[in-house]
Amino acid sequence: MDFNDTPAEAAFRRQVRAWLDTHAHPRRSREDAFGAGLDPAAYLAAARAWQAGKAAAGYAAITWPQAMGGRGGTPAQQAIYDEEEARFLVPGHVFEVSLGTALPTVAMWGTPAQKQRHIAPALRGEQIWCQLFSEPAAGSDIGNLRMRARREGDGWILSGQKVWTSGAHFADFGVLLARTDPDRPKTRGLTMFLLDMRAPGVEVRPIRQASDEAHFNEVFLTDVWIPDSDRLGPEGEGWKVMLGTLMQERFSLGRNFAGDLHAELIGLARTAQWGGRPAIEDARVRAGIAHTWLSQFGVELIVRRGASAISRGQSPGPEMAAIKLVGARAFQTGGALAIELGGAEGLIAAADLGPRWAHPQRLWLAAPGARIAGGTDEIQKNTIAERVLGLPGEIRTDRDVPFRQLEG
Amino acid sequence: MHFDFSEDQRRLQDELRRMLGAISTPAEVRRVLEGTACHSAASWRALADIGALGLALPEALGGAGMGRLELCLLAEEAGRALAAVPLLGTTYLAAELLLHAASPALQAQYLPRIAAGTAILTAAIDQHGQHAGPTPAPLLAAHTLTAQLDAVADGMLAEAIIVLAGDALVLVDLAGPGVQRCPRASLDPTRPLAQIACTAAPAQVLCPAGGRAIAARISDGAAVLLAFEQVGGAEKALYAARDHALERRAFGRVIGGFQAVRHKLADIYIAVELARAHAYYGAWALATNAPELPRAAAAARVAATDAYTLAAEESLHLHGGIGFTWEMDCHLHLRRARWLGQILGTRHYWEERLAAALIAEAGQEEAA
Repeated sequence: MDFNDTPAEAAFRRQVRAWLDTHAHPRRSREDAFGAGLDPAAYLAAARAWQAGKAAAGYAAITWPQAMGGRGGTPAQQAIYDEEEARFLVPGHVFEVSLGTALPTVAMWGTPAQKQRHIAPALRGEQIWCQLFSEPAAGSDIGNLRMRARREGDGWILSGQKVWTSGAHFADFGVLLARTDPDRPKTRGLTMFLLDMRAPGVEVRPIRQASDEAHFNEVFLTDVWIPDSDRLGPEGEGWKVMLGTLMQERFSLGRNFAGDLHAELIGLARTAQWGGRPAIEDARVRAGIAHTWLSQFGVELIVRRGASAISRGQSPGPEMAAIKLVGARAFQTGGALAIELGGAEGLIAAADLGPRWAHPQRLWLAAPGARIAGGTDEIQKNTIAERVLGLPGEIRTDRDVPFRQLEG
Repeated sequence: MHFDFSEDQRRLQDELRRMLGAISTPAEVRRVLEGTACHSAASWRALADIGALGLALPEALGGAGMGRLELCLLAEEAGRALAAVPLLGTTYLAAELLLHAASPALQAQYLPRIAAGTAILTAAIDQHGQHAGPTPAPLLAAHTLTAQLDAVADGMLAEAIIVLAGDALVLVDLAGPGVQRCPRASLDPTRPLAQIACTAAPAQVLCPAGGRAIAARISDGAAVLLAFEQVGGAEKALYAARDHALERRAFGRVIGGFQAVRHKLADIYIAVELARAHAYYGAWALATNAPELPRAAAAARVAATDAYTLAAEESLHLHGGIGFTWEMDCHLHLRRARWLGQILGTRHYWEERLAAALIAEAGQEEAA
């Protein structure tokens, strides 16, 4: 059991550091974020350029096989790269869906022509991807989706609505799940497609979130034509294709739920005053700091166990399902504690109160979304109950009924 | 990076699990519960016979010459089997204190017999200052110890006790003059407690100064080992509840099909996995003597105490009325979770220790 770099890993780390030193600026403080003052178009251009640079240097997809344009490296190398990059000011949140879920799915199910057309360009940042699964009537119950795809010549005509689509407002392509056979039961008549987001009939409307941000969108399709060559995987097998994507998502997002919120809490609690004394001296504040670290570092440790399993050629264990439940809850309780530290003044938004408060406030506002997106807390618990503990599934009265009879 | 136990270590763990499963049976544990034995001598004997009691001791002293990682796996399996054995006093505390602080002569006197299973020791190295009432501190004067020690784990079984008196560590022969001891009824009768009064009892001084620092280090190590016992016990309680939920029928189906039950079991699983992750990190810190040990030990202890408490309480609850009977093992976990959770400082003590370590670390980062 060890956390040390092997000599080869240490050499890789030196190489990564040297490359980052010449291509990016180090973060000056915890609050330092890339792109302050850039408009969305300029930010996106910078993100694409950064991704192109990473691809040229071989850091765009470290664990992917070389045949797919990756480096053919190890999960430990990916972790080393991520650790080092985190100390630099670089653009983020643009290619997560592309690299984390969409392209691995294309790699798993795509035809040679599809892989050729999409994988290398996406690694270079020329294509940004989103995933279009959820619908107004299909959230946790994704098999209930209603978007229809009808055969038309050598292609398909799609109509319907998707929702909660991260990044659709800047994406070039999307993986999209639609119903091709309503006479079969709900999960069995689905097919996966590759959608060109600029095809005629695609309309993207950003959703203003409860946090006053707009990462998600509604996507309306009105008689959009997709050639059959853009079908991903066999007709009617879309459910199976999607499950592969969701597995990828759980592990690739794991690291997002780690962090060092406890250090921000410590910094704030040193100056915040409770009862005329620094809040850091209060036992309840100290317990909250300890609890926040337990959750966030626990997530980090679970991810490291998963990475160790992968590097031994095994799959990460079922404990991965616990990550989002623990991590998102830590955002909510740790973020709330940070805000509480300031008393009534803690209610002043960071724009007026000061930049040190910005990140905890943002985490607290984002936490409810994190507990829903990518499988709600309840769905994660169902997964653990069924896949890990071997308990029977929910009673599902609709499972074997042709979808057509469920509509309306 | 390899954040897991090795295959050899896993094989050792499997062997310990098989052996303890066969010997530390519910019937064997209940002999101690019902008061017909002070500990499971059969389990202790069997552990000694396969070399488990000297896992981390040097070969020259009768040990197996392995390390603390192997000891962690022993602890996990002892916890899983609810083993009624004096591992805490003898193996986690006294043997480690002797290794770190005693003269070669004293080590030779006790450690080979500890490895052979013929010597049981205990220790009172209070780090946390949590007592039911005012308690005088142990006093060392002219090589004699005067101390009122209560709730001493394995205190009736032990032949000797190591005590932290001021900044000194001393060893007192419990069969010697000036020592009076009596059993104390324990909330977990499978883990008995004793009251020990020393009145100018002859004491061998392990170290006259620097004892506090050594005791703190050993206390952190014991916290990691107890966390493994807690994780083992918690997992056992979780799967007992899972098995019951797959068998028990109500309203026309097995109760494991109801979301209220499924989600409760998932919550326990998550708590156990979080505790396991921190316990592994503690094991790494203990085995490598890393500077992170105080923080890692405290985190393992808090997460494992929370996990076993939740698992034991909710496992009994999920069993329904039958779970609240003497004949079911649910209350053994309930009692053991409580006992393990506060025999070496409560979760509040360790939570504060964790916070203090994190805050001190953040201070260093700012200074740097």
